Amino acid sequence: MIETNALSKRYGDTVVVDGVTLSLPAAEVTAIIGPNGAGKSTFLSMIARLLSIDTGTAHVCGMDVAKAPSDALALKLAVLRQDNQIVARLTVRDLVGFGRFPHSRGRLTGEDRAMVEEAIGFLGLQDFAERYLDELSGGQRQRAFVAMVLAQDTQTILLDEPLNNLDIRHAVAMMRLVRRAADELGKTIVVVLHDINFAAAYADRIVAMKNGRVAVEGRVEDVVTETIIGEIFGIEASIRQVDDQIVCLFRR
Amino acid sequence: MTNRSILATASLAVAALSIASLMIGAGDLSPVSLATGGLTAEDLRLLFVSRFPRTFATLLAGAGLAVAGLIMQMLSSNRFVEPSTIGVSESAALGMLTVTLLAPGLPIFAKMLVAALFGLAGAALFMAIIHRLRLRSGLLVPLIGLILSGIIGAFVNFLAYRFDLMQSLGSWLTGDFSMVLAGRYELLWLALGLTALAILAADRFTLAGLGRDVAVGLGVPYGVTVAIGLVIVSLVSAVTIVSVGVIPFVGLVVPNIVSMLAGDNGRQTIPYVLLGGAALVLACDILGRVIRMPYEIPVGTTMGVLGAVVFLTLLFRRRPAHG
Ligand SMILES: Nc1ncnc2c1ncn2[C@@H]1O[C@H](COP(=O)(O)OP(=O)(O)OP(=O)(O)O)[C@@H](O)[C@H]1O
Ligand SMILES: [Mg+2]
Repeated sequence: MIETNALSKRYGDTVVVDGVTLSLPAAEVTAIIGPNGAGKSTFLSMIARLLSIDTGTAHVCGMDVAKAPSDALALKLAVLRQDNQIVARLTVRDLVGFGRFPHSRGRLTGEDRAMVEEAIGFLGLQDFAERYLDELSGGQRQRAFVAMVLAQDTQTILLDEPLNNLDIRHAVAMMRLVRRAADELGKTIVVVLHDINFAAAYADRIVAMKNGRVAVEGRVEDVVTETIIGEIFGIEASIRQVDDQIVCLFRR
Repeated sequence: MTNRSILATASLAVAALSIASLMIGAGDLSPVSLATGGLTAEDLRLLFVSRFPRTFATLLAGAGLAVAGLIMQMLSSNRFVEPSTIGVSESAALGMLTVTLLAPGLPIFAKMLVAALFGLAGAALFMAIIHRLRLRSGLLVPLIGLILSGIIGAFVNFLAYRFDLMQSLGSWLTGDFSMVLAGRYELLWLALGLTALAILAADRFTLAGLGRDVAVGLGVPYGVTVAIGLVIVSLVSAVTIVSVGVIPFVGLVVPNIVSMLAGDNGRQTIPYVLLGGAALVLACDILGRVIRMPYEIPVGTTMGVLGAVVFLTLLFRRRPAHG
């Protein structure tokens, strides 16, 4: 469960997140959509205590993120950032192993190792486990970072554009994994997506942000409509029902 | 090779170099007399007053400086920095100069602490600048370090010249083990404690090296980790400067070679870096002793030449995008 109350962030005179009040229920997948610069990453970073909060509050699993001890929070909340530039030469297995740090403090137990292998398997990285990160393709590296987040095994998971660099097969696999984590393990997942079709297909709930505010929020069918999508992104879109799925088409 | 066999091989190399270091010098000590115990009282005196202290000092300074370089690289997420190229050594020398001018009567340990405080201020200044400029990888970071060390170095030189302390300054800024005698190097044992501390905190330093957000996301207190790292770096710099003088490039060359061969997971690599630093400085010191027997070339000089060549090679071989 994630709750924010009038959460705001400003840089100089520009308010980039403007009084966001949201309540995201446990065991659901929430997709955040919105144009570039809408404040999605800033919002996520504040919830993950990576950025300081100017005004307002954020609670994760009942903990006030601004006040709770960082190491206690790391047991409840894992975050994937939008860009992961790492200069260190670590193997995939080492990196994913660091995901266990909040639990093991660096002394990996047998159980920790099993979870690391499981996360590597979930992301299809078995063949790359001993490779250094700088020897991977962009998509493989992105999957390694997601595996690290999974290995942290937290109730709440924040993913900022996890589909970056992924081919369609791995993008679908990633979203299925997200769905399973919510359905089978009861995880609360917030995921920033640019592809409205992925959001519509896999999320329970969509939050559409624009200019630092929540423009619309609700069930997929209530948010993914021609008027709302058109308004938020300033484009013409056709929304259709194909089988039991909502799809969004963009006019030439 | 497994972790264990690498450690064993490196330890053997360090042991062999140490024995060579015990043998070589103006007074003769043969391996035979050492092995058979046929040592005269004079031999023993030589061993305990000069050869053991010199060998220990070399090992401690080498290990400490290499680990300090590694930590500095992790904290700044940049491979091409070390205490002597970012102004920490010059700042520590400034501290020594200041305390020599203002409180010459202080015991050496207190002087060293003042030097460490100045070194810490220099390190913090460097970190503040690269943080302010949002710099991490690339060659701009080491360049800024060189500029900073140039400015502080010029100021130190000016002060030393004004107050007629150029000779002392020379002894701090040029590493030399030839003056090491029992009773004059023991501060260096602090470097051993500091490298042990670095091994204990290895995971945290590795995580700090992955960037503030990764560290915080995993519950590691980033600011505290950086502070501990900078304290270790400046203390190591200060004890080496006070006891033997600046030895350049160890902190740059050894961690880079280890990183190329074994990656950057500090838990695994800090012991390699430690042994590699000890071996390299020991080898350079022995080299300086044999090249122009019976005269000595200071280790600061041999290391400067050798290190510069190795470092340039590394610089060309490693892609800057990753460093
Ligand atoms: N450090 C900063 N200083 C000033 N402005 C910033 C800073 N960081 C972000 N911004 C601004 O805040 C706004 C929100 O940025 P944010 O990264 O949250 O957008 P986003 O919705 O994640 O966009 P994208 O889809 O491109 O990832 C942007 O207009 C950006 O320019
Ligand atoms: Mg973003």
